[in-house]
Amino acid sequence: MPLSVKGLFKAYGQKSVVAGLDFELARGECFGLLGPNGAGKTTSLRLILGLARADGGEISLCGEPVPERSREARARVGVVPQADNLDPDFSAAENLLTYGRYFGMKDADIRARIPRLLAFAGLEDRGGEGIRSLSGGMKRRLTLARALVNDPDLLILDEPTTGLDPQARHLIWERLKLLLQRGTTILITTHFMEEAERLCSRVGIMDGGRFIAQGSPREVIAGNIEPQVVEIYGEWQGQGVTAWAEAHAAALCSRFETSGETVFCYGADLRPLMAHLDGQPGLRTLHRPANLEDVFLRITGRELRD
Amino acid sequence: MSTFDASAICPPRLAGILAVWRRNFLVWRKLALPSILGNLADPMIYMFGLGYGLGGLLPQVGGVSYIAFLAAGTICSSTMNAATFEALYSAFSRMHVQKTWEAIMNAPVSLDEIVGGEILWAATKSLLSGCAILVVAALLGLTHSFLALWLVPLVFLVGLAFSALGMIVTLLARSYDFFMYYFTLVVTPMMLVSGVFFPMSQLPPLVQTLSHLLPLSHGVELARPLMLGRVPEDILLHLFALILCALAGYLASLRLARKRLLD
Repeated sequence: MPLSVKGLFKAYGQKSVVAGLDFELARGECFGLLGPNGAGKTTSLRLILGLARADGGEISLCGEPVPERSREARARVGVVPQADNLDPDFSAAENLLTYGRYFGMKDADIRARIPRLLAFAGLEDRGGEGIRSLSGGMKRRLTLARALVNDPDLLILDEPTTGLDPQARHLIWERLKLLLQRGTTILITTHFMEEAERLCSRVGIMDGGRFIAQGSPREVIAGNIEPQVVEIYGEWQGQGVTAWAEAHAAALCSRFETSGETVFCYGADLRPLMAHLDGQPGLRTLHRPANLEDVFLRITGRELRD
Repeated sequence: MSTFDASAICPPRLAGILAVWRRNFLVWRKLALPSILGNLADPMIYMFGLGYGLGGLLPQVGGVSYIAFLAAGTICSSTMNAATFEALYSAFSRMHVQKTWEAIMNAPVSLDEIVGGEILWAATKSLLSGCAILVVAALLGLTHSFLALWLVPLVFLVGLAFSALGMIVTLLARSYDFFMYYFTLVVTPMMLVSGVFFPMSQLPPLVQTLSHLLPLSHGVELARPLMLGRVPEDILLHLFALILCALAGYLASLRLARKRLLD
């Protein structure tokens, strides 16, 4: 089993950052750790890699106990960190060469892999270029290629697409899907729910250092929220949308909530609501199936986490 | 107390230390010549400026011409400076600014190995710096016998001591500004009282006593006789002091590094 975490606990002073985390990864699956900022995602990854000491619990990474044999375990893991830490003193190819050396690989073996890794990153012609001349998307792809230099059993990605434009993000997703097809096991943290729904076979939503929902994206959605959503905003009879909600929402959907100038109506069948809204010219609507983001906001709340 | 004692469970391996050393060597190799020349310029200006300029006004110092006296001190102090600079500014960039250490720690290299590799690298760079001056001094006829070759391992040991001490400062630093204190309060005063520019016997007795505790003075006490073709006195004492500095600096650095980066 690539990863098993049991009863993981970590506190800084009085504040517990990871408060009893249990999960396992089966070979070849993609597991998504979701949660707002400060939920304990990155700390959990540090604990799993043996880079911080847990205050309780058991971790087994690629069959090795962590932290006791974390160095040996990391030899079989690839990591794409949240912050860009490619080596700015080197070209793209030298980054891969140097990183392979950290794994104790022979230069000849690394050099044999470099063309394939660069091709995977879509950087075939840019191996000799310095890191500073690469775009944000290229750097991310190179970081992904770097994490594959040791042909890892498990790939750990910490918010891999944060800060990327849609093109660059989709390209990363394509690459990760390719890896999943080839059988690589992936552990990914993200707060892009769309990313999790596309890639992950299972997700765990974290808040306050523990899972508050776990399962396949479909199960998590079905288990935590109504299947349909209508978002409503605009003007109603010279007033804001909240006035409409107070008058009609409760009767037309099973649940609704107001956030700023938008009303979210949830239910299994919202066709009567839509028919009613057709007769309200000032209101604008968006009718869609519920997604992981709705679940996420419902169970972690809508207030800001800074 | 809550410091993560990684070394107890993952003792540092030479392979990990060398992987980090090689990373820095690969960067250095690209800029080797300007780097050596740059490291050479400053001490050379001092040695020639003071040695011939000031030396012309002086009779003998310590029984030899002033430039011959100054050569051993310049080698030691520039080794100290090169090691300190690399262990402070360059290592801090890699640790704090570029996050290179974090990238390495995600690979099977432990933090202890990174710290060890950085200290070894800074000592290596200072070895190059010290040896470059030794070569120039030899070309000027300032070495008197093959005893001067002992300066090569000695310079490396001085480099290790100052790299390890510098690493402590780096691990305590929050920004580059902090290093100014170390240079103005530690490095520069040490250079002035360790017998680099003038014999320690010129100092007031109390300062002399303190000076004998400084690592640079132990380096100079060994280097100067070797340069002048004599066997130094108290060899073991001086070696012990330098080794102690290197070892204590290394162990303290490991502790600080774990505290700063692992918990």
